[in-house]
Amino acid sequence: MSEIEGYPDYMLESIKKVEKNRDYNMKHPVKPMGMKDREKILAKYHPDYMKGTRRELKVGINKGEIFYNGIADLLEARTILDPKDVDLTKIDYDVDVLIVGGGGAGSVAALFANESGIAINKILIVTKLRHGDANSMMAQGGIQAADRPEDNPALHYLDIYGGGHFTNKPELARALALDAPGIISWHEKLGVMYDRYEDGEFQELSGGGTCRNRMHSCKDYSGMEIMRVIRDKARNLEIPTLEFAPIAELIMDDKGQVAGAVAFNLETYEYYVIRSKATILATGGSGRLHLSNYPTTNHYGATGDGIVMAYHAGANLCDLDTIQIHPTGDAFPEPIVGILSTEKIRGLGAIPLNKNGDPFVFPLEPRDVESASLIRECKDGRGIVTPTGMFGVWLDTPMIEIIHGKGTIETKLAGEVRKFKRFGIDITEHPILVYPTLHYQNGGVEINEKCETRIPGLFAAGEVSGGVHGKNRLMGNSLLDFNVFGRRAGIFAAKYVKKAKIGKLTLKHLDKYNKLLEKAAIKSEKTAPILLPEYRGEMAISRSLDIF
Amino acid sequence: MTEGKQVFVEKKKVKKIKGKDEKLKADEIEVFIMGKSYKVPAGLTIMKALEYAGYRFIRGCGCRAGFCGACSTVYRIEDEQKLGFDLACQKVVENNMYLVQLPFVPGVKAEYDIEKIDPSDSILLEMYPEIARCVSCNTCTKSCPQDIDTMKYIQMAVRGDIERCAEISFDCIQCGLCAMRCPADIKHYHLAQLARRLRGKYIDPRSKNLANRVKEIDQRKYDEEIVKLIKMPNKDIKELYVKRKIEAEDEGDLGGD
Repeated sequence: MSEIEGYPDYMLESIKKVEKNRDYNMKHPVKPMGMKDREKILAKYHPDYMKGTRRELKVGINKGEIFYNGIADLLEARTILDPKDVDLTKIDYDVDVLIVGGGGAGSVAALFANESGIAINKILIVTKLRHGDANSMMAQGGIQAADRPEDNPALHYLDIYGGGHFTNKPELARALALDAPGIISWHEKLGVMYDRYEDGEFQELSGGGTCRNRMHSCKDYSGMEIMRVIRDKARNLEIPTLEFAPIAELIMDDKGQVAGAVAFNLETYEYYVIRSKATILATGGSGRLHLSNYPTTNHYGATGDGIVMAYHAGANLCDLDTIQIHPTGDAFPEPIVGILSTEKIRGLGAIPLNKNGDPFVFPLEPRDVESASLIRECKDGRGIVTPTGMFGVWLDTPMIEIIHGKGTIETKLAGEVRKFKRFGIDITEHPILVYPTLHYQNGGVEINEKCETRIPGLFAAGEVSGGVHGKNRLMGNSLLDFNVFGRRAGIFAAKYVKKAKIGKLTLKHLDKYNKLLEKAAIKSEKTAPILLPEYRGEMAISRSLDIF
Repeated sequence: MTEGKQVFVEKKKVKKIKGKDEKLKADEIEVFIMGKSYKVPAGLTIMKALEYAGYRFIRGCGCRAGFCGACSTVYRIEDEQKLGFDLACQKVVENNMYLVQLPFVPGVKAEYDIEKIDPSDSILLEMYPEIARCVSCNTCTKSCPQDIDTMKYIQMAVRGDIERCAEISFDCIQCGLCAMRCPADIKHYHLAQLARRLRGKYIDPRSKNLANRVKEIDQRKYDEEIVKLIKMPNKDIKELYVKRKIEAEDEGDLGGD
């Protein structure tokens, strides 16, 4: 009853057309779109341009700017903490550098803070789930770095900036491109196992919107391999890490600096007061807000906490009027809907096809353009409808082995093979069904090249930050982002600590924020940050009592 | 596995007191979460079934996509002898499944400075001497939700073959199920982490292209060119962007290699 074995007959009928056209499709690729066509298709089919997905924010420093509804809802909610409930005179942890979030950016920041002279026992990583439970761990495709002779960092810069629709902060895009080779070199020294040729050169693939092949990968477990190596180093150093204790709000001092944070123990419901000279926000993204009702590829804790607590403290946000929907989320079978099928599948040569087996888009457009093209195909009736009513188009995986030879899929896409095998689908034989899924928070807390926010003492790095990718991130640049800016945050926070003087701790900014809400006549039942998403069954929630 | 046994014993008690609504609806199945009966829709993953039943995860839930190893689950189907091992976010529930999740895996990790150790034949044995006690029972392999040949990579480690140990273990998500089942108390997933780092650092040859590029960047070779791009009027950089040559397109080979 619950077993799913392969595709239903009507899908197999469509697959026959895919197979029939395969040779022709491989020989007659669709050309990349011009800028005008890109703009047209985005305007019509991407949620960033649709009506009803976004609105003007009514409160705080970014008042009047456009935000996705789900994010505006959080920013217009009351603060999760009532300052009256917290005794700031008893300090539980007193550190130099507090790192909020134990994913990629946070872990890298901790290592570089230590290398820059901060003692191990003066660093504290505080994280919502386990150390390493993060989107970083899930990144599959790879990491960009312009290191081949035919490539260079200026070309990488141009790709980043154009892919972001020329809205990135140029100095951040420059840092991303220029620091990239140094990061890969650091990984070599740590012992990250990259895919290489026998002579030691990297096997580099192309990605959507990149003009040179510069994607370095570790099979289709690139993020996992990088993250677990970095975490291993942090564990060897015994960097103090507090797990299952998300930060609920930041603490400020009487000089208007960020001076620590209040952690909440998810299991005992206790709070901990942490005082710190510098605080690095590395809380990651917000896929679990399901903006515009998309399923998501993100991990369980990706609820946008960082942007909310930073906003409460007075930091400004940017580019949260856009989201990244990844073109190839899984659309079938139902248990894996929304989970990512890596861009590397297209990097290796698989082409998206409609239900008639016809191609309709250059496979490696920037992600927003590629996604919009898939949505168009489905809205215009050329998609497949699944038994549960989901749309999808084919991604013709068997092409990969025709191009690169038998066995390529098993060695380069082991994770994908494993995922589909559970449901009786052999991706070397049959295509997979895909549809865009919510993948990445393009914007966030605005930073500069030193990862500073506009509030002294508060740094940010990784997906929570804004400005690096502008309004659209290219593939392979998020693994790179958390390394480049995690490193910079660690270095510059360590520098800042040497001169920092903390005043009297306060949570007054929360009272102030709640008053702003009242003034703006916003009556929200919600509080934020939300810490974890709510997925319990409706029946169970409707009958739950708060008596214990 | 005492928890497993408890589930097995509890089962019979639960069946007796069941009866809130004896009949299952079509497309509904019965699962026993830590021994307690719940009716859930068929076709859900174990993770979504627990949530449907009213559980809100703190532990036992991470990436929800098979990468992080947070949701190791032990199960037994009614009347079957064998315990099953899988990830709650990947495995679909079956009727009469008895479920328990591991909230935490205690496992001692060797501490080392990768700069100061050699990739010698004996290094893995020195760091994790318990691998010598492997009795080749293959229980680790049978418990791996990634279908990794776990026992084989342990044997490679005993033999001092770091390269093969790293290769075979590469897809490990470090859920720890192997270590929880091992009668010799081997911490397979920690050992494999060390093997992979040794291979990545000392055995795989380094890239010369990368070393050259890092040197060039240190010498500030590209600074000027990027500053030029930053200062370029919007119209000009847009044109430059549109006209740039795309390698993948020229090759007509999107794979690149």
